[in-house]
Amino acid sequence: MVTTAMFENFVLPNFLPAAPEIFLLFMACLILLVDLAVRSPRRGVTFTLTQVTLAVTALLTVWHGVTDLMPPAPGEPARAVLTFHNMFIADLLGAFLKTLACLSVMASLAYSRRYLDDREGIPKGEYCVLALFSTLGMMVMISAHHFLSLYLGLEILSLSLCALTALQRDNVVASEAAMKYFVLGALASGMLLYGMSMLYGVTGSLEITEVAEQVRAIYKMRTDMTVLVFGLVFLVAGLAFKLGVVPFHMWLPDVYHGAPTSVTLLIAAAPKLAAFAMILRLLVGGLSGLFADWQSMLMLLAVLSMGLGNLVAIAQHNIKRMLAWSAIAHMGFMLLGLASGVVRGGNRHIVLEAYAASLFYMVTYVLATLAVFGLIMLLSRRGFESDNLEDFRGLNQRSPWFAAMMLIMMLSLAGIPFFVGFVAKFAVLESVIVSKHYWLAVLAVLFSLIGAFFYLRVIWIMYCDEANENAAPIEASFADKTLLSVNSALVAAIGIFPQFLLNACGYVLARSF
Amino acid sequence: MSSYPLLSLAIWIPVAAGFVVLATGADRNAALARRIALAGATLGFLVTLPLYLGFDVTKSGMQFEEIHAWIPHFNAYYRLGVDGISLLFVLLNSFVTVLVALAGWRSIQEKVAQYHAAFLIMSGLMNGIFSAMDGFLFYVFFEASLVPLYLIVGVWGGPRRIYAAIKFFLYTLLGSLLFLVSILYLLSRSGSFAILDWHLLPLTLNEQIWLFIAFFVAFAVKVPMFPLHTWLPDAHVEAPTGGSVVLAAIALKLGAYGFLRFSLPVTPDAAHELAGFMIALSLIAVVYIGLVALAQTDMKKLVAYSSISHMGFVTLGFFMFSALSIEGALVQMISHGFVSAAMFLCIGVLYDRMHSRQIADYGGVVNTMPRFAALFMLFAMANAGLPATSGFVGEFMVILAAVQFNFWVAFAAASTLILGAAYTLWMYKRVIFGAIARDAVRARALTDLSGRECLILVLLACCVLGMGLYPQAFTKVMHVSVNDLLQHLALRKY
Repeated sequence: MVTTAMFENFVLPNFLPAAPEIFLLFMACLILLVDLAVRSPRRGVTFTLTQVTLAVTALLTVWHGVTDLMPPAPGEPARAVLTFHNMFIADLLGAFLKTLACLSVMASLAYSRRYLDDREGIPKGEYCVLALFSTLGMMVMISAHHFLSLYLGLEILSLSLCALTALQRDNVVASEAAMKYFVLGALASGMLLYGMSMLYGVTGSLEITEVAEQVRAIYKMRTDMTVLVFGLVFLVAGLAFKLGVVPFHMWLPDVYHGAPTSVTLLIAAAPKLAAFAMILRLLVGGLSGLFADWQSMLMLLAVLSMGLGNLVAIAQHNIKRMLAWSAIAHMGFMLLGLASGVVRGGNRHIVLEAYAASLFYMVTYVLATLAVFGLIMLLSRRGFESDNLEDFRGLNQRSPWFAAMMLIMMLSLAGIPFFVGFVAKFAVLESVIVSKHYWLAVLAVLFSLIGAFFYLRVIWIMYCDEANENAAPIEASFADKTLLSVNSALVAAIGIFPQFLLNACGYVLARSF
Repeated sequence: MSSYPLLSLAIWIPVAAGFVVLATGADRNAALARRIALAGATLGFLVTLPLYLGFDVTKSGMQFEEIHAWIPHFNAYYRLGVDGISLLFVLLNSFVTVLVALAGWRSIQEKVAQYHAAFLIMSGLMNGIFSAMDGFLFYVFFEASLVPLYLIVGVWGGPRRIYAAIKFFLYTLLGSLLFLVSILYLLSRSGSFAILDWHLLPLTLNEQIWLFIAFFVAFAVKVPMFPLHTWLPDAHVEAPTGGSVVLAAIALKLGAYGFLRFSLPVTPDAAHELAGFMIALSLIAVVYIGLVALAQTDMKKLVAYSSISHMGFVTLGFFMFSALSIEGALVQMISHGFVSAAMFLCIGVLYDRMHSRQIADYGGVVNTMPRFAALFMLFAMANAGLPATSGFVGEFMVILAAVQFNFWVAFAAASTLILGAAYTLWMYKRVIFGAIARDAVRARALTDLSGRECLILVLLACCVLGMGLYPQAFTKVMHVSVNDLLQHLALRKY
């Protein structure tokens, strides 16, 4: 009798909106099995299958986004599909970010190919599968509509990345980095969960829209908000940990530095997109009623990150550490857009413009990051990590082409025009000015000025210094060079004609919130 | 009026030529790279000639306008145009680029393609700055042009080149980032990036003062004005000859141009309010920096300080708000473009032979290099403001305007005629005349000008004399635009 009752209540969820995730999960398991049969140490088959899987996942996401989520006619509202008892949401923002996350992981793997070949300690098959699982985690995070599914995605992502970091078993630095990543990540997850539990205690729900409604109701009734704000503090702290902004940034430089560069790239690029989605879903989607509170928190985080990130980056001699501090500063800059989005009086259009600016910043940051770490990997060889600033000395003499690519990336990260980093900074600054936080804008540009110094230092090391006599020649395959060229060309092209991407960012946000 | 997009051509021909030069690759193709660079620069200069010939001197407002939508998201347009103020700088810049391509022919033997490419790209970007009529476009060119100059100083410069390059870059970036905040503010107030719309935008005095300060930092660093000038002597000393020429002839003009295009018309009331401060700083530059120049032992440093002093004249002219003073300042800017370029080229000629810029290392150069001595004489006189050279016209106009404005200002300004003559001619005397240099072996290296060097200097000499004898060719295009500007300045905006 009991069983029938269970089955009577059981409704089969709509699997279709989660088709890309399901496919990815299935393929990841399949590849894990196939890999057992692959004998070659290079794992060509596994690798190709992984790339194909990611490509198909991206295509499925795009296809689903275009056919089911786009508004049927211009002007009509876009559709968001909820499934799995409202735990999972498929909307345009999710489709956009998931597609980019898949592409970014694909690019990361493509850049890492030769780097991994040269390093025997890293098991290639497991590497590919873990990368797929981390992508799955990102996708679940991006599409989460429930505190539990969000947490689930976050843990899939973190654990895969942690395992990836530790994959090189006999590498002490990597093991240390993995340990730090794991312990501090667990701490952050704990904070996040603690915040979520408080919110649950007040609102009685874990589903994001319901939490949002409850919070708004409580806000209107002007009852005691202490517990809510307390929960919010923990939530923001957890998010800040994941994003790596000051004062929750301590793990970032060590992990970036310690992990093999290919893993650093996996940590540095795509997960930022997922973290962005998480912030949007939790703060904008779930806690818009508390905007005044989280806005000021984000501002503080942003200013601290830009300040400390840019200053400490100057003192670094290892380019991966330098880029880690620069990532901290960039995430601070990105937060400015989110923090300035909420205007008193709430003009919805302006608010979304600000979030779109942040989204654009994130997407373009990932694009530039891919190229920088890709380039570092192309310069590395067996037994040699090209990760010290010294290793770039006189690069222009050794290979003008590589130097030019690095020049483009450094200028873009520094926010110099004609490259996309400038447009991104510009868009964020515009939203800061529109929301009338002039002092924030001035602080942001002053910190960018400090930041420009260490990007310029890389340029001068490459161009103005003489190369070491015994520096080994640089070899890169045609395919690698093409990939890097396309990546750099995108950084320049979107920098000159950013309209399409700006519109896309604005479009998906306006149709999702 | 021509239907060709002349301004776009003036911007993008040098840039495209720069990339073609870059494509010639390694130094084994250096000869090809040089030729392409010269051809590109010459072509870039030729397309600017119709701008001058087709310019209607009686028409107010912008000419040769081009407007295309660019980034609708920011309301930014690809909007170009020149008026009587900016036209001459486009010409000057394109002309100087040809000279620079020629000047680097021999002295640059390493990374030749990259050297010429950097100059060509920078030349295109600078034309973009002078012809941009859209705040966003202006900013993009303004900041992007820092990169080639940074590389030129940093790669082909002297021993302390990296320090000089980074100092130059960070100083100017500081200014331009504050400028960025102010154009964003103007965008949020006016909803447009059109510079001409900003000219009409009503702003309270308080807003204007803040904007003026931001503009001031941006442009005063570039000019450079007195307390913000310390990067310039470093950059000049370390830069290769071509870099110094472009820096002095063009890059410094960007700051002054910015004052005319932004500070005066967008924030006129603040400009009136703070004119005293600006005039004081300008006079300090004229007198104090003139004295500093007197004490220099390095020729390039001397000319660098003399540039700051001359640019003090320019800002002085701007902030006396009369047609005569502003036109005088503009003439001074053009003239300084010719004269400082010539001075740095002359020093480059000596440096190529002796590898020293110290005045004390030279002496009696006239004995071995008579042709050079004669041309150098002309430029030195122009630098000191001798009548019949271009240097005289602008200074005289500004001093005349200053006499109408305030006697003591005129008195201080006129001291430049003495100081300028003192430091320039004293340097000339020590280098050219007197006993032959101590180091007789090296002095034998002093052969007279080659045909190429002669060509460059004679071209400049023609400009200096032509402008000194017939300044109307330059002033006639300015009249209408300067009058428009003054009308703007006379209106209260709040």
